[in-house]
Amino acid sequence: MPLKNNITFFLPDLENTFELPFISGGIKAGFPSPAADFDETKISLDHVLVKNRETTFYAKASGTSMIGAGIDDGDILVIDRSLEPQNNKVAVCYIDGEFTVKRIKIEKECVYLMPENKEFQPIKVTNENELIIWGIVTYVIKSI
Amino acid sequence: MYALVDCNNFYASCERVFQPHLNGKPIVILSNNDGCIISRSDEVKALGIPMGGPEFKVRQELKQKGVQVFSSNYALYGDLSSRVMKILEGFTPHVEVYSIDEAFLNFDGMKIEDYQDYGVQIKKRIMKWLSIPVSVGFAPTKALSKVANKIARKFPDRTQGSYVIDTEEKRIKALKWTKIEDVWGIGFRLTKKMHAKNILTAYDFTQPYNEPFIKKEMGVVGMRLRMELLGESVLEMEEPKDKKNIAITRSFDGNITTFDEMKERVSTFATVCAEKLRKQNSCCYGVILYLRKDKYKVEKQRYNFYKMETLPYASNSNITLSNLAVKMLKELFEEGEIYKKAGVIVTQIIPQDQKQFHLFEEENPKHQKLMKVIDDFHKKTGERKIRLGNQDLQRTWKMKQDHLSPKYTTDIKDIFTVKCH
Repeated sequence: MPLKNNITFFLPDLENTFELPFISGGIKAGFPSPAADFDETKISLDHVLVKNRETTFYAKASGTSMIGAGIDDGDILVIDRSLEPQNNKVAVCYIDGEFTVKRIKIEKECVYLMPENKEFQPIKVTNENELIIWGIVTYVIKSI
Repeated sequence: MYALVDCNNFYASCERVFQPHLNGKPIVILSNNDGCIISRSDEVKALGIPMGGPEFKVRQELKQKGVQVFSSNYALYGDLSSRVMKILEGFTPHVEVYSIDEAFLNFDGMKIEDYQDYGVQIKKRIMKWLSIPVSVGFAPTKALSKVANKIARKFPDRTQGSYVIDTEEKRIKALKWTKIEDVWGIGFRLTKKMHAKNILTAYDFTQPYNEPFIKKEMGVVGMRLRMELLGESVLEMEEPKDKKNIAITRSFDGNITTFDEMKERVSTFATVCAEKLRKQNSCCYGVILYLRKDKYKVEKQRYNFYKMETLPYASNSNITLSNLAVKMLKELFEEGEIYKKAGVIVTQIIPQDQKQFHLFEEENPKHQKLMKVIDDFHKKTGERKIRLGNQDLQRTWKMKQDHLSPKYTTDIKDIFTVKCH
């Protein structure tokens, strides 16, 4: 039988910041910890909140125009810049020299940036405005 | 096929990611300590403000012309650089990070119909995902891909930022267009020599009658470069290596004349070396101490002083490296002399997991645990707060950074604000 000598080397991922639990049971000559078999990795919020590490950024919300969308003053926004802007997505936009967060409404002829608070007016984006849809908000982190 | 992806005016582009109002505006980035200009936006290049010039010399001009000035924010640049490189890995598994803003790609074993279009895709994706503009040059060799990149960068309209050298005709045209000083690996001194020999372009460099001269001046490196420019690939993709040496050296603002002052500096340098070693999971055997006297005030000719010692075991502990550096300083330092510069260099670096156990002499195992605690604490607070007793808490790392932008991506306290009104 021919022998195959193929070895695949895997490099360790030293950058990984996801923590693994430390099994503190040690090796004893007594009864083993009944929980040792159930050791699993810890829950990491990074895994939940960050789908694309390279394109995810964080920002702080300031103001009340988006309280209807669950964004309150001081909340931390998780933004993924690799997602395509679509109708009804909440996006971080750069318009006329300022970063703002709004729900985007795409109509036939133009784009509206919609607030979610009756006290604020929608912004109609025309050719005269400079608009960059900077990234899509995927999560809101708030303390209660 | 190789490609070189180069980020355009990288540091300046990084500053614009979170400040889009600076798009189209002139900006410069200063080196550590706000010394010299190290990155310029295209608008600044057009104003004719030179690279590398000291800031104080052009301060007035910068102000007059409305140039926005930034201190270098390496936390931001480093983070965005690693994001760029990761995105490139989505285009080919073979990515060689060449510098903070450049990477070579290789496409062996891949079937790509249209390289020019592939380059445009790369450019578009990095622009959309990170707002970092890049240029892409494709060619059968690494040196030619650098040339192709320059063309893509120089003619963005005609090339869409992506250029391919894939025929003899294009190769020759490109080499004739490339000035010798812009060829990969030809620095200031070599340029002068080349000019003296009437070698003015990359094309001249490849001419057979210049071969003996290049061999004599540049040896095997020059011959390799020549082959590469002729279209024969001799330089392959390189695997990432850990640094062979780590050096921390600083010139002093004033003079250092007392042992205690110098001890504080040297101990700090050794500590930073140890931190860097731990960051790349390695240890060192060799430690070099370097001192420089004021060269105008020494009586004898000599003003540079070195001393090297080897540890009995490889280490990356602040305590071990600092103790050794201070021990060497005791032997090297001369009271009454004026010192201008000092440094600690660590060499003979090995990966931490290859550390061998020694029978007779071993580092106190408590060091490793202590260093872990210190590193974790510093990571958490973002500042170097825990220091050795011989490091002065008042004066360490007093870097001039008057124009520093926030650490938008690496410090939660510095994330940017979006308005909801």
